[in-house]
Amino acid sequence: MKAKIRKTQVIVETTYTDLGRKVKVPTRKACALAVIVNPNANKYAQKLSVLEDIGAEMGEMLGKMCVDALGIKPKEAESYGKAAIVGENGEWEHAAAILHPKLGAPLRNEVQKGAALVPSVKKLGGQGARIDVPLGHKDAAYVRSHFDGMEVGLADAPRANEIVVCVAVTDSGRPFPRVGGLTTEDMVGKDGLR
Amino acid sequence: MDDSRSIGDIQTTTAGDFGELVKVRKFVMHIEETLHEFGPPADPPQLKGYIAAVAANPYAGRYVDNLMPLMEALKPMGRTMAQRLIDALGGADTIVAYGKSAIVGENGELEHAALWHEPGGYGMRELIKPSKAIVPSTKKVAGPGRPVDVPLAHVNAAYVRSHFDCIECSIPDAPRANEIVWIQSMATGPRIYDRAGGLKDSDVKGEDGLK
Repeated sequence: MKAKIRKTQVIVETTYTDLGRKVKVPTRKACALAVIVNPNANKYAQKLSVLEDIGAEMGEMLGKMCVDALGIKPKEAESYGKAAIVGENGEWEHAAAILHPKLGAPLRNEVQKGAALVPSVKKLGGQGARIDVPLGHKDAAYVRSHFDGMEVGLADAPRANEIVVCVAVTDSGRPFPRVGGLTTEDMVGKDGLR
Repeated sequence: MDDSRSIGDIQTTTAGDFGELVKVRKFVMHIEETLHEFGPPADPPQLKGYIAAVAANPYAGRYVDNLMPLMEALKPMGRTMAQRLIDALGGADTIVAYGKSAIVGENGELEHAALWHEPGGYGMRELIKPSKAIVPSTKKVAGPGRPVDVPLAHVNAAYVRSHFDCIECSIPDAPRANEIVWIQSMATGPRIYDRAGGLKDSDVKGEDGLK
């Protein structure tokens, strides 16, 4: 593995009830995080290929951690998202190099199919920085019931020379979807949009 | 609950009054101009920003089944906000990326944030042309001062890699328990040191919103 990992974390959030109303089937979202050394910290490098390769490793490892934590089969995953927090000696583009070129394909392998774009956010931050990992339906981006987010972070990361990489996977949408739009029943799931 | 904080008793100005369901307490606009990031000077510098409206949540404190009236009522506010941010960033022709988010105060429900998908997204898409791409989003329920990461992506082709970006929004005194912060983000350029490959802006076909 090219990634030098200091620690990982996996979170499963389950919602049973809200505002006094019971969720029929409790909704669950998982996020796996890895704190890794930033191989490009402190120096502007034109080529970011090591970070791109690390992105591929993270897609597979963190995607699998989420699916395992949810205890589901890959095909039962419903939405996903990704994010990165770069420590202060790194550069905004380092997040892009991890997230965009190579992370998606192995993640899609772990959740089966994944016709839709994997929604993402990125930032620079210090220890304790939090990030909102966006969530969207894995096969049809316009499915409105599955637009969501999951806030995560670690008290001691990222250190200045580190990056926190996050992948989130769910087996459900929001607890009480009722704002219209495309539903999972009506989606086709071929073009990634509808 | 203090009555002066329930929506029927709120007195706002004309600029913040979008009908009986939407009363804005404050607008917040934030613009960043990035000139370098320890490499070459940015050419050109990137402007990215957000506009946020802190508004009363008419459905706070109870479960309301039909949320659609608020979705309709938010549409004029969504357009007004988009126009203000566009003007601040230099006009609709300069906008190349957009996104949206919402933070619901503690007496509200995550689903209330989802009401922003049409008024927030289409408010921008009506003014920025062409804009075939989906407007990326995040949402949460949280207390005053809590940040949200507002995503940014290309306005016409979601897969353009140079334009995947993000801006954090936080407002120290919002959302109060009975409020919602509605947010739109925009940028005038790609990430300044874009070099992660992928689909280029210059290669966009612009037909399906994706490529």
